[in-house]
Amino acid sequence: MNNILNFLEKLGASARSSLSGLGSCTRLFFLTIIYSSDSFKRFNLTIKEIYFTGVLSLVIIIVSAFFVGMVLGLQGYYTLEKYGSSEAIGVLVALALVRELGPVVTALLFAGRAGTAITAEIGLMKTTEQLSAMEMMAVSPIARIVAPRFWAGMISMPILATIFSMVGILGGYFIAVLVIGVDDGAFWSQMQANVDFHNDIVDGAIKSLVFGFACTLIALYQGLVAPPTAEGVSRATTKTVVISSLSVLGLDFVLTSFMFV
Amino acid sequence: MDKVKLDIWVGIFVTLGIIAMFYLATRVGNLTSNDVKKTYEVKAYFENIGGLKPRAAVKASGVVVGRIGSIVFDPEAFHAVVKINIDDRYAFPTDTFANIYTAGLLGEQYLSLEAGGDDVNLKAGDLIVHTQDAVVLEKLISQFLYNSAGDDNDKDKD
Repeated sequence: MNNILNFLEKLGASARSSLSGLGSCTRLFFLTIIYSSDSFKRFNLTIKEIYFTGVLSLVIIIVSAFFVGMVLGLQGYYTLEKYGSSEAIGVLVALALVRELGPVVTALLFAGRAGTAITAEIGLMKTTEQLSAMEMMAVSPIARIVAPRFWAGMISMPILATIFSMVGILGGYFIAVLVIGVDDGAFWSQMQANVDFHNDIVDGAIKSLVFGFACTLIALYQGLVAPPTAEGVSRATTKTVVISSLSVLGLDFVLTSFMFV
Repeated sequence: MDKVKLDIWVGIFVTLGIIAMFYLATRVGNLTSNDVKKTYEVKAYFENIGGLKPRAAVKASGVVVGRIGSIVFDPEAFHAVVKINIDDRYAFPTDTFANIYTAGLLGEQYLSLEAGGDDVNLKAGDLIVHTQDAVVLEKLISQFLYNSAGDDNDKDKD
């Protein structure tokens, strides 16, 4: 009997804490929106954050996109060749990248590359009491620290995902056409015939926007609630990666089931 | 890092994003290539449209001359009403044939227009009278099986 009560207590505690986490995350989002006007007035802060989250992520995004595209081209070719339709490789690479891999892999890399940096930075600011110092000077940390990072993430993520898709398709082109020797014209014309701008490309962009929102907000929240110790910051950074990755994959399923019926 | 350099890098980043979007829209997607600009709409009745879908190609002699607008079922006459948007540059006689064909063995279906010999051309809102339904593979196979079964019976008699 005691065991059952213990179990129920633990279940209730974990449900309550995750719900209250979601609640304060939502509260943080609305606070960010309210203070956004201040950060738009000083757009330089946002531009600096776009440099850190977007421009500095370009290298890892471009390199991994090229390799993902090459692998897609190679694996797709082996399978499609069995059915004598290796020209469809262009469609396969483009649809896989634009619909799924572009937004999802970019979001996972983004969480690892930019999300952790945000969490660690804000966590350390809290540990060294920089956030309290700002509040003492009547500067809102939300307006000065959180909102610029939030908008930088929202702006960078769709751009990164679009670049990922483009570079990935070029990688697939490199392997399929230049290395294996699939017909150049068939590669592009089949792709153009089967990839729709509104249904595939725009929906992929919407996905990446949602992922950017989720990843950035989770990273900011984890940084703000991190216990002000070395261990606490390291735990928060780990949590950022785990929660962001899981929510990206979960959201991807939900969005896909809505978009591509 | 000084402010100007920062702005330049972010500018490059955003430009790269716009280029990538433009590239996806024009080179990968079909935003520009397949959209017919000015069209006029005619309609046609089909008993069976098979797998024809809205926005499927309308071809004449294999050249894309339009797009399928909408496909609805008429509950009173029990047939499908297909609205066809044809490019303004192309005129077709009133006795044009509209056939539903399949691109390749398993490809998508499209509407093929074969011009007749009439002097009067189709106008917006007109009806294409001569239509041919999509070929349903199961029907074809069952017809074939039925025929070959009939052949066997004939042989038994002999």
